[in-house]
Amino acid sequence: MIATISANPTHATPPTKLGRKVRFRIKRCEGPGKPSTWNTYTVTIDQKGANVISCLQQIAANPVTVEGTRTTPVVWDSGCLEEVCGACTMVINGKVRQSCSALIDHLAPNEGDEISLEPMSKFPVIRDLSVDRQRMFHNLARLKAWVPIDGTYALGGGPKESPEAQETRYALSTCMTCGCCLEACPQFNLETDASKWDSSFVGAQAISQARLFNMHETGKELAPARLDALMGPGGVSDCGNSQNCVKVCPKHIPLTESIAAVGRAVTLHAITKFFRG
Amino acid sequence: MAAAGNQRVIVVGGGLAGLAATVRIAESGLAVDLFSVVPVKRSHSVCAQGGINACNEVARQQGYSEYEHFDETIYGGDFLADQHPVLEMANWAPKIIDLLDRMGVPFNRTSEGYRDLRLFGGSLFKRTHFAGATTGQQLIYALDEQTRRYESEGKVTKYEFWEFLWPVIEDGRAVGIVAQDMRTMQIRAFRADAVVMATGGCGLVYGKSTNSIICTGAAAARCYQAGVHYGNPEMIQVHPTAIPGADKLRLMSESARGEGGRVWVPRKKGDMRAPRDIPDAERYYFLEERYPKYGNIVPRDIATREIFSICVDDGLGVSGENQVYLDLTHRDPDYLKRKLEGILEIYEKFAGEDPYRNPMKIFPAVHYSMGGLWTTFTPGSYNPAQARHKHKSGSPAPIDAKVGQGMQLGAINNAMTNIEGLYAFGEVNFAYHGANRLGANALLSCLFDGLFCGVSVANYVRNAAPSKAPAESLPAAAYERVTQQEEAKVKNLLSTVNQGNYDEKTNAYVIHRELGVEMTTACTVVKSDARLRQCQSKLGELKGRYANVKLGDAAGWTNQSLSFARAVGDMLLVADAIALGSLERKESRGAHYRTDYKDRDDANFMKTTLASLKPETRDVSVQFVPIDASLILPEARTYGKVAADATSAAKQPVAAGV
Repeated sequence: MIATISANPTHATPPTKLGRKVRFRIKRCEGPGKPSTWNTYTVTIDQKGANVISCLQQIAANPVTVEGTRTTPVVWDSGCLEEVCGACTMVINGKVRQSCSALIDHLAPNEGDEISLEPMSKFPVIRDLSVDRQRMFHNLARLKAWVPIDGTYALGGGPKESPEAQETRYALSTCMTCGCCLEACPQFNLETDASKWDSSFVGAQAISQARLFNMHETGKELAPARLDALMGPGGVSDCGNSQNCVKVCPKHIPLTESIAAVGRAVTLHAITKFFRG
Repeated sequence: MAAAGNQRVIVVGGGLAGLAATVRIAESGLAVDLFSVVPVKRSHSVCAQGGINACNEVARQQGYSEYEHFDETIYGGDFLADQHPVLEMANWAPKIIDLLDRMGVPFNRTSEGYRDLRLFGGSLFKRTHFAGATTGQQLIYALDEQTRRYESEGKVTKYEFWEFLWPVIEDGRAVGIVAQDMRTMQIRAFRADAVVMATGGCGLVYGKSTNSIICTGAAAARCYQAGVHYGNPEMIQVHPTAIPGADKLRLMSESARGEGGRVWVPRKKGDMRAPRDIPDAERYYFLEERYPKYGNIVPRDIATREIFSICVDDGLGVSGENQVYLDLTHRDPDYLKRKLEGILEIYEKFAGEDPYRNPMKIFPAVHYSMGGLWTTFTPGSYNPAQARHKHKSGSPAPIDAKVGQGMQLGAINNAMTNIEGLYAFGEVNFAYHGANRLGANALLSCLFDGLFCGVSVANYVRNAAPSKAPAESLPAAAYERVTQQEEAKVKNLLSTVNQGNYDEKTNAYVIHRELGVEMTTACTVVKSDARLRQCQSKLGELKGRYANVKLGDAAGWTNQSLSFARAVGDMLLVADAIALGSLERKESRGAHYRTDYKDRDDANFMKTTLASLKPETRDVSVQFVPIDASLILPEARTYGKVAADATSAAKQPVAAGV
């Protein structure tokens, strides 16, 4: 009925075949330190616009595997369901992405197609598809990713800004701390020992946030401290330039540009420090 | 008097209101414990798209004022809100924008580098500030960053992945909470000298809505069960433009209309041509024709009812389905990309069509709770001898925007519920929006509560009851009692695991799905006595089934089914209040539209619906209490609608905001 609308062909969704059955192969784990197993479930696609979330909801209501075994409901994180909170990130058919924007019509257009779901591998698994991404927030604190304002009393407006500068900052500021860039990064590794986070590679997400705050008129007051943190072990020089991060970022943030810009700033900062002693 | 260093405030909810409160209260020198079911940066505020309203210098020089913003909000809310708090909020708005600007929010800029503005519903002036089409995300990130800064300095302690279970109330005063660690499942009490609830709306009561999956309303419902009054539960905003989906209904921001988007359907029923093949004369731009003054930017409740009526009553929906076109294809793609990229990307991703080239297909969806926990305030210094008539748009304001004319700054009862020391901020606070919220006023009310009423919390802790009897010195009994109560509930729920296999009747997910369908059908765009009574009987059935709910997971680690099943019980009670409020309010006002009482009835119902739960029977009762309408006299809310027979004549339509 809606075929009268000719969509942009590169984004066209195949027509929904309602009533088809799709298989979900899901990596399960009861908790930290427990072994992983796989369960397979069948879901009947009975609504237009079905996505991985709506299928996980269907499984949660009645979790019976293809072998007929009743299991516990699958645990996963989700929030906004419109790809703006970052919560529902997981590895779908081997690719890291948000599960809310993973449409079944794209992933499994035909009867019997299979979709695999795994938790991200660079963060400790909490249970099933849910992982602990505290390290990303820790890194934001480590890099003082904020504007050091003088408090919340009314002191007038902020600095004027050109539309070009705003557009650059806005793009960086859409980062939702989802972790896709870190999952895809060969240099960013699983680290369960929080005491080692400060000496392990921070990754594209935090580096790009350092760039964002170093660009702001007031935020740049803390630039030396940010660059100090990015000069040492785990800093920007640990980047192996694989450029995987920018390919998987759901917000199309120019992460490699950020890494390059921060890399130059760190070099300059190091030289300045050397001559000033 | 206890040393201030030992006094603590608990904030429940890490959205915009909770974070603004946290920052303000921490800044005043009190320790803050911040509880959230998700990392605060992932709170539902990220979904706000269009912008935040405030009087600004450009609009001011064209005749706009804070007072007109106040007047618009009262009129937009159909004269249900208490008026003094709204006045203060409007007066504070420009200060809030300045503060956000200092925090580094990337507001869109004019070519000269000033903050850009856009048109939004319910106003004839550009007074909406925005950061692309993800303003809420940008605002909450700024507050998240400031919170992280205070956390690094040891002033704030975050409890993320902790679920609020119940307030601890001793001698009529809130002295802490009981919460559960969602990973270890440990339940424990936390002491505090004041508790701020900033837990958002209750969209999940409707199953699918524009809300995040976490917006169950359970936290507010638990306070309500503990004795807090619930105000205007029946006032639920249905947003006119959303993208239908299997798991949720995704918002298509009002900014799409503010930037010139036009809503239309083919004039001819069953016209199956592609939209671009339908010439202008054969398109029915029904909002522009019916509301020549406001056009596509009429307030949400009006746009929603018109779209609903076009599809359901007139059968004019696109392709015979419940959907209308929201058309931006006449605008320059570069312009759209700059102003609306975030939301157009959502449409492209989830609907699989290119909105730059094809009109979007949208339909109304449950979006916002104007109602919520009932709160009080101390009126400010502006008290005219007589309420004034509605402000004439663009005329000089009767007063300036000095602080304290609407609400008294720092009065301890501002945004306090009927339980002493228990506050409600943001969407969970019933104040400000009356019977309908204007677009881009929600972010404002969240920040205003946090920043303005946060001062009230600090004053309460320092100068009122907590200064004489701080929570840390209270006997443990009250805390233990509530902890045991919550442990018993969990034990009870867990004991149902493996009691018989899957049964639709007692499955929490199925009960929730049926609740959503019922509430969406009976308690949204159009309501009637008969349908509401049917809804009440369905709710009775669902409650009966819920009493025997069976869980599918006994795990003592990250048990999401437990949290969900527990919340379903709370949602059923919110639904009860919504249904009874809808039934008893025998009039039509704002978002509440009764087919059997189509007119507004100020004599009987220009009053707050106050819902309370009878502890013995767990039944809801409502009463209607007078509002503060001492500043503006009510008048008919028409937005200049032209008579129905005049709309049939073909007109030269003018898109708003172009």
